[in-house]
Amino acid sequence: MLSGIPLFPLQASNLAPEVDNLYFFVTAVTAFFALIVIIGVLVFTIKYRDGTGNRVGAPITGSIPLELGWSIIPFFISMGIFGWATLVFFHLVRAPDQTLEIYSTGKRWMWRFQHIDGKSEINQLHVPLGRPVKVIFTSEDVLHSLYIPSFRVKADAIPGRYSSIWFTPTRVGEYHLFCAEYCGTRHSGMIGSVVVMEPNDYQAWLSGGGSSMSMAARGEELFQQLGCVGCHLNDGSGRGPSLVGKYGAQETLATGATVVIDDTYIRESILTPQMKLVAGYGPVMPTFQGVVNEQSLMSLIEFIKSLPASGQRPAAAQASAAAGTTAPPAQGGPR
Amino acid sequence: MTTTVLPRVTYVNVKTTVASWLLTKDHKRIGILYLGLVAVAFLLGGIFAAAVRIELTTPQGDLLSADSYNRMFTAHGVMMVFFVLIPVVPGILGNFVMPLMIGAKDVAFPRLNLLSWYLLVIGFLFTIAALVSGGVDTGWTFYTPYSSLASNSNVVMTGLGIFIAGFSSILTGLNFMVTIHRMRAPGMTWFRLPLFVWALYATALVQILGTPIIAITLLMLVLERVLGFGIFDPRLGGDPVLFQHLFWFYSHPAVYIMILPPMGVISEVITCFSRKNVFGYSFVAFSSLAIAVFGFLVWAHHLFVAGISPYSAMVFSFLSFAVAIPSAVKTFNWTATLYQGAIWLQTPIWWAFGFLGLFLVGGLTGLFLASLGLDVHLHDTYFVVAHFHFIMVGGAIMGFFAGLHYWWPKMTGRMYNEFLSRFAAILVFVGFPLTFGPQFILGYLGMPRRYHVYPDEFQVLNVLSSAGASILAVGYTLIALYLLFSLWKGEKAGANPWKATGLEWQTESPPPPDNFAVTPIVTEGAYEYSKREIKVA
Repeated sequence: MLSGIPLFPLQASNLAPEVDNLYFFVTAVTAFFALIVIIGVLVFTIKYRDGTGNRVGAPITGSIPLELGWSIIPFFISMGIFGWATLVFFHLVRAPDQTLEIYSTGKRWMWRFQHIDGKSEINQLHVPLGRPVKVIFTSEDVLHSLYIPSFRVKADAIPGRYSSIWFTPTRVGEYHLFCAEYCGTRHSGMIGSVVVMEPNDYQAWLSGGGSSMSMAARGEELFQQLGCVGCHLNDGSGRGPSLVGKYGAQETLATGATVVIDDTYIRESILTPQMKLVAGYGPVMPTFQGVVNEQSLMSLIEFIKSLPASGQRPAAAQASAAAGTTAPPAQGGPR
Repeated sequence: MTTTVLPRVTYVNVKTTVASWLLTKDHKRIGILYLGLVAVAFLLGGIFAAAVRIELTTPQGDLLSADSYNRMFTAHGVMMVFFVLIPVVPGILGNFVMPLMIGAKDVAFPRLNLLSWYLLVIGFLFTIAALVSGGVDTGWTFYTPYSSLASNSNVVMTGLGIFIAGFSSILTGLNFMVTIHRMRAPGMTWFRLPLFVWALYATALVQILGTPIIAITLLMLVLERVLGFGIFDPRLGGDPVLFQHLFWFYSHPAVYIMILPPMGVISEVITCFSRKNVFGYSFVAFSSLAIAVFGFLVWAHHLFVAGISPYSAMVFSFLSFAVAIPSAVKTFNWTATLYQGAIWLQTPIWWAFGFLGLFLVGGLTGLFLASLGLDVHLHDTYFVVAHFHFIMVGGAIMGFFAGLHYWWPKMTGRMYNEFLSRFAAILVFVGFPLTFGPQFILGYLGMPRRYHVYPDEFQVLNVLSSAGASILAVGYTLIALYLLFSLWKGEKAGANPWKATGLEWQTESPPPPDNFAVTPIVTEGAYEYSKREIKVA
């Protein structure tokens, strides 16, 4: 890809310049302090050199002002770095409201990416230029870590939880995608590429051959097959709470605690339904652990997200199920 | 004092049978036993490192299979961390010189001291057995659920080896702490203690309070793996990230077990060869304690991308910056100690300067990793590998060699070849940044650690790194050669070859079995070069 000795990674996301600026700043500050010490040591050693070992140095035992100075000044400088780095961090971990969501699962030793429209791919991730993308992912076995150096983003994939990264690609091209958390024999083979495309090319790619049902439609199908529909009636009269318009909302639990209905809560409620019962409902739901795999879970979540805030059936999900193509991704609900 | 009437009785020649060494209760002999064990472990760990570095000279996996490579870097990490870095300075130098420095005849519990060594040997043998009978491939960090559910390697046996070795560390810490409290010579007040003793005291605190946590954690891992307890397995309601919290609650403070004692060594060496008082004695002493205490509050900075809350990440980032301050204070004080000294450029201070240079890089690059916004990109890349090698090898091992060269005449009664030693110090000082410098660049480029094969564009920097490592290997081998040679043909050293203050220099080299003919009485601070007429051997 590159010839010679690369010294600096490409900047291919909106976040990369922010991280790099911080990097240059910290490099400059630390180089400054290193120079002070190195020059101090060199100058003193040369100036006060004595070949005999028979002379003694000056009777200096310390200086409180100096001690305070070289404690307090570095402290404030490090607090400056801390503040800046924390701001960058919060930008890195807080995705904006409107993102293109892509689901992913890591397992030894591959990454599977699932686009909402139904297309899925292995060890390759196609994304459009200039649009914020959020990748929501988990692991099917051990820890992994989704790392795209050119975007300066990384998060661990943890079995039993969802993690996410977000970025806005700013440069068309193909970039490395690594697993950064050691995961066994072929850890170093768990790599792939991110392909950043012009939005038109991306649409063409997305609608190109081999596409299947959208995630929401697939989720709706599962919702029927698994019998969820028998209890989670839309009007709320079933044995389980209605799920319509619930995504992102707050729910009161039987214990009196409240919980925000997000990806993790839905996942938990499918796999261990007794853990956080919604107030007013009995512990009647069976566990779906071992019945529903990670990809189906993500489809179910996407289906629940696609349910509109009002009590109507999700037209978008049905439409894209029929067409199997590029309905705008269901999103923008209260997140 | 240089008497040549009769062959003097020393701790070396008082008895010469093998049993007299293996059953000794003399802290000095036990220090030498540690030296033997750690040297073997360092050689093995070095061979594993060589295999890793040779493999990485090409992007393909051609020398080792993927599984062998994974076992190799794991063996390197386990061997170096638990059997070299943790015991190296307390076990060898601490045992040998600390009782001498405080004017004691021995440590408080001599039998317990011997037991500590045997526990380390047993732990070492367990670990070797695990490595020989198939190896372990989890990395030295043993992250779950890979280690508990997936790995087909000797996790349990290795874990038990480390578990047992941990007790060696706990008992040494306990022994040293009691010794420093109870065994000081008359007049040796706390603020007259040499700074190496302060550093060992702070280290003992971490050893006693931290090591039980890793023992419990490894036990939980074994229970999970053997009996399927479900502590870390999400399918059984466990939490894999809990393991990381517990592991780093010990393993981050463990870094201070590795670096605090060498810091103490540097305080000794720099004052001795500057021929003056250390600058800011109490600041250097208390910064050791501050590091030991704050070191317990920063563990989650290893988990910034492991799904912890951003707010808790913020707190741990803040505390990580805070713990850097006492290290900075030490560095400034060492530098200031040189000011208006009468700097005598004997071999030990060359090694101490090497420590300063490499520790500076290691410490300052820690600020990058404490910075949340940078750590997201740098975590689990070669930047981290480079950073901790600068601290743990550039800092701790260089500091150990400073101490070993400083006290070698005391331990053996012989001088080594100073020209060769300075040459070795230069080789290590040059080879080290050549090995690990390129890894900082690789890390920022995004090369993840623990990669057996890697993309082609990373090759040049990897070849540079391996070339540097071969210089390092020559440097370390040279040290072993001239030190062994000095035992045979080295010049007699005399009681105080460095014309140093400090009680350990007032007794003969090598010291008699009971250290001092007469219990010394201390009347002044540890580094009163300007007041005292120096005793020349």
